[in-house]
Amino acid sequence: MNFRDRLTYAFTALRGARLRSGLMLLAMAIGVAAVVVLSALGEGARRYVVGEFSSLGTHLLIVLPGRNETTGGAPPLVSETPRDLSLDDAEALKRSRHVRLVAPINVGAATVSYGGLERDGVIMGATHELYEVRHFKMGQGRFLPPGDVHHPQPVVVLGARLRRELFGSQPALGERIRIGDRRFHVIGVLQEQGQSLGMNTDDLAIIPVTAAQSLFNVTSLFRIIVEASSREAIEPGRRHIIATLKARHDGEEDVTVITQDSILSTFDRILGALTMTVAGIAAISLVVAGVLIMNVMLVAVAQRTAEIGLLKALGAAPQIIQRLFITEAALLSLLGAAIGLAIGQASTAVLRHLYPNLPFGAPLWAIVAAILVALGTGLAFGVLPARRAARLDPVQALARR
Amino acid sequence: MIQLQGIERVFDVGGQQVHALRDVNLRIGRGDYISIMGPSGSGKSTLLNIIGLLDRPSAGHYLFEQRDITALSDNEQAQVRRERIGFVFQFFHLIPRLTAAENIELPLLLSGVPAAQRRDKVLRTLSAYGLAARAHHRPEQLSGGQRQRVAIGRATIIEPGLLLADEPTGNLDRASGHEVVEILEQLNARGITLVVVTHDPELGQRARRRLRMVDGTIVEDTGYGA
Repeated sequence: MNFRDRLTYAFTALRGARLRSGLMLLAMAIGVAAVVVLSALGEGARRYVVGEFSSLGTHLLIVLPGRNETTGGAPPLVSETPRDLSLDDAEALKRSRHVRLVAPINVGAATVSYGGLERDGVIMGATHELYEVRHFKMGQGRFLPPGDVHHPQPVVVLGARLRRELFGSQPALGERIRIGDRRFHVIGVLQEQGQSLGMNTDDLAIIPVTAAQSLFNVTSLFRIIVEASSREAIEPGRRHIIATLKARHDGEEDVTVITQDSILSTFDRILGALTMTVAGIAAISLVVAGVLIMNVMLVAVAQRTAEIGLLKALGAAPQIIQRLFITEAALLSLLGAAIGLAIGQASTAVLRHLYPNLPFGAPLWAIVAAILVALGTGLAFGVLPARRAARLDPVQALARR
Repeated sequence: MIQLQGIERVFDVGGQQVHALRDVNLRIGRGDYISIMGPSGSGKSTLLNIIGLLDRPSAGHYLFEQRDITALSDNEQAQVRRERIGFVFQFFHLIPRLTAAENIELPLLLSGVPAAQRRDKVLRTLSAYGLAARAHHRPEQLSGGQRQRVAIGRATIIEPGLLLADEPTGNLDRASGHEVVEILEQLNARGITLVVVTHDPELGQRARRRLRMVDGTIVEDTGYGA
C-alpha cells in the first residue's frame, strides 16, 4: 500500500467519523493556538522592551554622578559628597578611540511661553551630538547646530506636543519663545515619538547645554551619554570612562556607568525565559490533546474492529494496519496543528491591531516547536491504538457484525 | 492445491480446552467446488478460517500450493491472502463509509497497484457483476444481493486461486441468494477453487464435493474429484 493511498484511506476514515475527528482537531488546534498566542505575547513584550532600548541609541554608556554601590565599614569621617560631572569631564571623555560620541545632558523645569500662552516644560540642555546618540528624528527644521559649547546660540528645538500647545496651527520655525527669563529662537521641531521608557520627548524643549546651565544657574551635568565606537568597545570604553573620571576627580571613583547592553540583555533574558515558560505551559495542553487523540483512536479501533478484520482477511499485514492508524493520528495532529496555527496567527493579528504599539508575533521556534510537539504527541499516542489494531485476531474481529 | 494433514485446532475457553478441529485430513484440488456442512459448532468455520490463513492450526501441516503455510510468518501469510485467496462473508463486511467502487478497490489498494490500473479493473469488475450503475453508492444504499455482489467483486478482483465463502447466502432472500450462488459457480467454472460453508442443504447439494463435519471431524466426504 503506497503512501498516497494510505493518506487517502486515513482521510476518508477520519471523514467517516466527523464528530470524533472534529473534537480531536479542536483539542489539537486549541493546544497549538495557545502556544502560538502565548509565545506571541511573550515575544511581543520582549521585542517591545528591546525595541524601546534600541530606540534610545546603540552601544550607549550612561555616566551618572555618584556611586550607587555601597561598601561596608565605618561611616566616613569626612563626608564624601560626590563631585558633579562637568562639561570638561565630558570633553575629556572624547579622547578615546573607544568613544565615538559624547553627549552631555542637563535637565530642568522652566516656564515656556509664546505670545499669551504659557506652559511648564521640561528643558533639556544638550549638544549637537545628542541628535545622533539618541536617534532623534526631526519633524521640521534642524537640531542644535555644532559649534563652540561655551558660546551657545539662543536656539531651541521643541518636542512635537509642546510646539502644538504653544503654536497650534501656526508655524513655529523662526519664532521666538521665552524660557524662564530668556528668549530663544525656534530652529526645529522633533518628530512625534510618544512615550519611550518613561521619557516623553514630545514635551521637551532642547536648548544648548551651556544655555541650560546658565538658565538653571548650575555648572553640573545631569548625566553624560557616551556612544561607544562599536559593540566590542563598550567594555573597554566603560573602563576608560571610569579611569578618566577617577583621575579627574582626585582619584575618587564617584561615577556610575551603566551600559545599555547590560540592561538590555537582562531584560532580554528575563522576557525570553518568560516566553519559554508560558509556551511550555501551553505545550502541556498539546500533550493533553495527545492523550485525547489516544483515547479517541482507541475508541476508533474498537468501533472499526470489523473493518480491521476485513483488511486482515484481504491480506493487510499487521504493519500496514498499524501504519494506517498511525497515519490517521498523524493526519489529525497535523490538521489540528494547521488549524491551531491559523487561529493563533489570526488572534495574534487581532492583538496587533488592538495594541499597535506592541510588536506581537510568535517566534519561529515556538511555531516549529508547537507543530513538532503536536505531531510528536499525535504519533506517540497513536502508536498504542495502532498496535492494538494490528494485533487484533481477524477471526474474532470478523465474527462481530 | 491444498493439503491438510492432521490439523488440530484447540481453543482455550475459560481454562477449558475445546477441540474445534481433530485430526482433519483433506486434499483440495485446483478448480474444485466443495461445500462444508454440519451443525453449529462442528468446526466448519474454523476449518474455513484455517484454509484461508486467518487462523493457525494448533498442530498438523498445511500445504498451500506446495508451500508449508504453518512455517510462514504473519506477513508472509498476509501476502498469500492478498494474492491468492478471496473471502466472501455472510455479513458482507463492506466498509460503510466507502462506495461500492472503493470497497471493490480495497485489495488492489493494499497490494499497491497504481491508481490508473486500479480504475480499469474496478470498472471491469463493477460491470461484470452488474453494478456499474451503483459504483458510487455506499453499502447502506444497496440491496443485500448488491452488497454481496460487491463483496464478491472485492474478493475476485485480485484473481485469486481460491475463493472461500462463509454462508454467502445466509443473509439474503431466495432470489438474490440464488443470483449470488450462480455468480460463485460461474467463477468456479472459470477455474477458481470454491469452498462454501453453509447450513443450507439446497446450497450444499449443488457442490460437486460435499463434506460433512461433526464435532471437529469430517464424517462424510463425497470424495476427491467426485
